[in-house]
Amino acid sequence: MTVHLARLALPYPFELSFMQRALVAGLVVGAFAPMIGTFLVQKRMSLIGDGIGHLAFAGVAFGAVAGIYPLWTALAVSVAGSLGLERLRAKRRASGDLALALFFYSGIALGIVLLSRELNPTNVLVYLFGQILTVNDGEVITILALGVVVAAAILAVRRPLFAVVADEEWARVAGLPVGLLNNLLAVTTAVAVVASMRVVGILLVAGLMVLPVASAQLLARSFRGTMGWAMAIGVGSVVVGLVASRLWNLASGGTIVLVAAATFAVVALIAGARSRGGLLRGIGLRSAGSILGDSHSADTLPR
Amino acid sequence: MSYDPGIDSHSREDERPAADGSLVEAEHVSFSYGDGPVLDDVSIAVGPGEFVALVGPNGSGKTTLLKVILGLLRPTSGRVRIFGQAPDRFSERWRLGYVLQRPELTSEIPATVEEVVAAGRLPRRGWWRRMGPADREITRHAMDSVALGAMRSRPVNELSGGQQQRTFIARAFASEPDLLVLDEPIAGIDRESQDRFRESLAHLIAEHGAGVLLVSHELSAVARDLDRVIVLKQHVLFDGPPSELMATGVSLGVHREDLPLWLEGLR
Repeated sequence: MTVHLARLALPYPFELSFMQRALVAGLVVGAFAPMIGTFLVQKRMSLIGDGIGHLAFAGVAFGAVAGIYPLWTALAVSVAGSLGLERLRAKRRASGDLALALFFYSGIALGIVLLSRELNPTNVLVYLFGQILTVNDGEVITILALGVVVAAAILAVRRPLFAVVADEEWARVAGLPVGLLNNLLAVTTAVAVVASMRVVGILLVAGLMVLPVASAQLLARSFRGTMGWAMAIGVGSVVVGLVASRLWNLASGGTIVLVAAATFAVVALIAGARSRGGLLRGIGLRSAGSILGDSHSADTLPR
Repeated sequence: MSYDPGIDSHSREDERPAADGSLVEAEHVSFSYGDGPVLDDVSIAVGPGEFVALVGPNGSGKTTLLKVILGLLRPTSGRVRIFGQAPDRFSERWRLGYVLQRPELTSEIPATVEEVVAAGRLPRRGWWRRMGPADREITRHAMDSVALGAMRSRPVNELSGGQQQRTFIARAFASEPDLLVLDEPIAGIDRESQDRFRESLAHLIAEHGAGVLLVSHELSAVARDLDRVIVLKQHVLFDGPPSELMATGVSLGVHREDLPLWLEGLR
């Protein structure tokens, strides 16, 4: 069954149907990738999107060799891998970053080996670097469907999921289903990575998940506000990135993530100008804030 | 170190409920991380409405005992009961409020006092359910009881250590627990926070009949409210009312340094 999306009367640069497809796919991914990223950053697993992206690469290569639509093989491998990764982390068989490294390199090596059997490996490049301007109607609908499922699942459990990523030991003692919620986050991360492949590419997926969150945590003063700002910045980065891509004929995956990075630079500078600690906070040197003077330190007594 | 976050099965013989109605009970519990015993034949119990302090020198096994009681660690031998049930069979987890030992929250993402405290309602209400007006009211009451009502919208990672610890105490209060377990909750917090802490514990015990198990070096703030003091150093050295402990010359309240110094002398 072939599905065609209606073409809307939008102004330049979105007047053409391929730009409209790119816009719809980009807006969906721009919103839900940072939504999941907010939980991942809080859990100190900012780079998991990158690790799962490497697994998705193996899945894409398998699909290309086996003649199966690569999005589905990538989805299968990524979901299975994300559950394995979470299991390794939860059982403490390997530390978080070591578990990631195991999956990073196994995935990319498997992908390379599989691709050596493929006659035309350039087909895989659209997944590695993302070519949002070439997505077809069927892909837009797939991305839209995956996005709705992920967003609905995360919104439904946002409060207990926040409790788990903020304080896992407390959540466990309180009897929250820590394993179930961690697995749900792992699976939705995998789905988000796969849905984002065609938009920004495997190599840049984690950037779209995490960079808007880095800006948002400087702007917001609550977890909910951080998620809202991150989604807004993600969507904004996609729109501006697409316009830049059309205007100057640049690779859209790169322009989208560069806009997200530039947004962080601007936000961090403004936050830094407002309070000297702000810039340091922005670049992760939180402890340096206390050197600059912690107004609450008088509240504590020596032990 | 073998830290097992899962809760393992206990033998059938362990299915008997506690005979004396204790909220929590450890019987002949021993525990080892592999190199020598951390706990050796420890038996303690906390009953309803009872305020019990657990003290001991550094490395005496206090935090390990709490983790065993809470089911976060499995004892090498002996048995544990929470509300008469083995930790792995105990499902009404909201009945157990827990404040962990931690210096401060170091989070990348700002989360407000209200967001953190409201999480305490999840185990009580059912984590899949929406928060209702009653949950918001109880959350507000929990914040007020530790004098953080005015700071409800402030990000926790911008608060002082004492204010952060009060946030976690309020989160425990929000689940309206029958037993509150606190690990060094007032270490390094200001005098006002300590007074607020004492008042809210007294309220929890008097109004709700809750039991409290408090691990702390600083008992001065709560000395007059305590029912019992348990002194631990691998095994229980003393278990009785504070007056009996003070009769041995140890001061809990007048000179704040006395108890810690005395405890260090136990090494």
